[in-house]
Amino acid sequence: MAEVELQHVSKSFGPREALQDVSITVPDGAFVVLLGPTGAGKTTMLRMVSGLDKPDRGEVHIGGQSMKGLTPAQRNVAMVFQQYSLYPHLTVRQNMEFPLKSPLLKTPPAEIARKVGEVAEILQISHKLDNKATQLSGGEMQRVSIGRALVRNPSVYLMDEPLSSLDAKLRADLRVELKNIQANLGATFLYVTHDQIEAMTMATHVGVLDHGRLVQFGSPREVYEQPISIYAAGRLGQPHINILPAELFGAAPAGAVSIGLRPEHITQGQGQDCLVKRVEHLGDQTRLHLSYRNSDLITVTEAHTPLKSGDIIKIQPNRPFYFDGAGNRIG
Amino acid sequence: MAQIVIKNVRKEFGAFTAVQSSSFTIEDGEFFMLLGPSGCGKTTTLRMIAGLELPTAGEIYIDGEEVSQKPASQRDIAFVFQMFALYPHMNVRKNISYPLVSQGMPRDQVRAKVNEVAEILGISNLLESPVGGLSGGDRQRVALGRAIVRDPACFLMDEPLGALDAEFREFMALELRALHDRMGATTVYVTHDQLEAMQMGDKIVVMNHGVVEQFGKPQDIYDWPATTFVAKFIGSPAMNLLDFDGMVGNGSRSVTMSEASFDIPEMISGANGTLTLGVRPEHVRLDDAAPFRGRIVAAEYLGTTQIVTLDTGHGPVKSRIGSDIVVNIGDLTGLRFDPRSVTVFDAANGKALVSQANQKVLIHG
Repeated sequence: MAEVELQHVSKSFGPREALQDVSITVPDGAFVVLLGPTGAGKTTMLRMVSGLDKPDRGEVHIGGQSMKGLTPAQRNVAMVFQQYSLYPHLTVRQNMEFPLKSPLLKTPPAEIARKVGEVAEILQISHKLDNKATQLSGGEMQRVSIGRALVRNPSVYLMDEPLSSLDAKLRADLRVELKNIQANLGATFLYVTHDQIEAMTMATHVGVLDHGRLVQFGSPREVYEQPISIYAAGRLGQPHINILPAELFGAAPAGAVSIGLRPEHITQGQGQDCLVKRVEHLGDQTRLHLSYRNSDLITVTEAHTPLKSGDIIKIQPNRPFYFDGAGNRIG
Repeated sequence: MAQIVIKNVRKEFGAFTAVQSSSFTIEDGEFFMLLGPSGCGKTTTLRMIAGLELPTAGEIYIDGEEVSQKPASQRDIAFVFQMFALYPHMNVRKNISYPLVSQGMPRDQVRAKVNEVAEILGISNLLESPVGGLSGGDRQRVALGRAIVRDPACFLMDEPLGALDAEFREFMALELRALHDRMGATTVYVTHDQLEAMQMGDKIVVMNHGVVEQFGKPQDIYDWPATTFVAKFIGSPAMNLLDFDGMVGNGSRSVTMSEASFDIPEMISGANGTLTLGVRPEHVRLDDAAPFRGRIVAAEYLGTTQIVTLDTGHGPVKSRIGSDIVVNIGDLTGLRFDPRSVTVFDAANGKALVSQANQKVLIHG
């Protein structure tokens, strides 16, 4: 496994700047998740590392070596895409063996069988090993394409929303499994997702991308607890952070335009009166939609709260973030 | 406005039975969720309410009138399939007017009605714009406008938010629900997303393999699942289900697993053999002194909370605890379950055994 480094990488597609001067170091053995909405540059970053696209400016290094001019094959990276791409005429086993049968590797057959069996077990597809790829459901095909990457021993795994086509239960299982695999192998992962649960639970580091710029890079806890901007604060947290006028609850620091309150950082029972507009029982907790002066906000409370819409409760901020007019954090 | 009663409804497609025998009641003005995995019969059920499929057997009442064999055109409903299906060559006003114009409503009435609907949806300023340049949210509002402009007795929606990305979906879910609260029309909504169902629904029917597994209020179903299927399908992570050999009967207040005793709500039914103890992750606490042991194999950070997975002699168990609690992967620790929240199932049929705690929910369902 290896460290991956991007140095001042920029890339444009026509007039659109997909990446703007991005520098990032993915430490050896790290699980880095890139977060951002569609068009933020996540996939472009993966493609730079894989060699499927070349940077306009800047360099990519893997294991300390410049990748300039190297093809994807020469870079020894394993990729999993959102859309599975399997050999339809081969069985699941043959598809998974394929990367190991490369003449360059000379893997002994017993080793291949062991590796494929082990990975199939983890991905819950052991019983399908002798099926043709075309006989699988979409979720199964996607697991095979993940499997085909996992049997290898590349410098870095690059994954582009690999779990997004799977159902919720399987996604939750594979989240834990992928994380375990990565930790056990000490593998370096660069992973793109829309799903903030995946980002929070799997990542050692989260990279927040905004219009082709890397705006924050840190552990999920750092990004969640110390976001550098409204944008970064909005990437993590369900329900979404409340962004409200800075002085809604009283004095704010000089220059503050907005106050950011995570739903769980609102104390109930003291402070200002506000109106409960809607109560959503989600099972493990209850969401309250509140109205205070001219603002709507969301907070959470215990599962069996007797509160109902039309009730008045007292709230006050607890651990607020303050942001300036540009959305940057100032306190 | 309508009450919808589904009574012993069955639907066969050739040899395949899509819906076995469904019975439930949707009250006037309710936001009602049909929830289940793909192939469970939820969409077929919705299509039978709409009249797009006719049941093989059973009755469907809309406001007291038996309609099961009537075609869709004779039922006062609006079906929202895919919200983005707009007529691209028409502007917003024409798109919303279309259902009224095709019913032959006089032009000035159409105009007044469309203005009113646009007002409700907050798109009055867009009425004369072409639909081509609209944002996703506005397109969705226009599609909704076309459904509500007819003032139908009820709305039927088939995964209307399915294609949207997470952030926008959350936003539209709130908006749909707010719209329903303003208009008060009965809404039947199909989804496979349990969180969406919990969040938006007044009531939920959980279906699996054409069978209604449970029917009731979201929180009741979450707290007191009638079957292990519901226990696994609702909640993220799902309810922990631990199989063990034992016996419970009237008055039982504890069970024993791996020589550790667990208090349970007082039972008022019994079973013998393989039983399943069900406990939600937020009711599992880590306590080094507890006799039931598990090894920590994963910890997933989720902001304020974390999900800790432990391997026990009865399979993996997930616990939701504060993220400020330090846990070390590989450590052996003890687990305690909140005794008030435990459900015991008969593993033979997956059904919950009745206790003092769940009897109200189960007998109602």
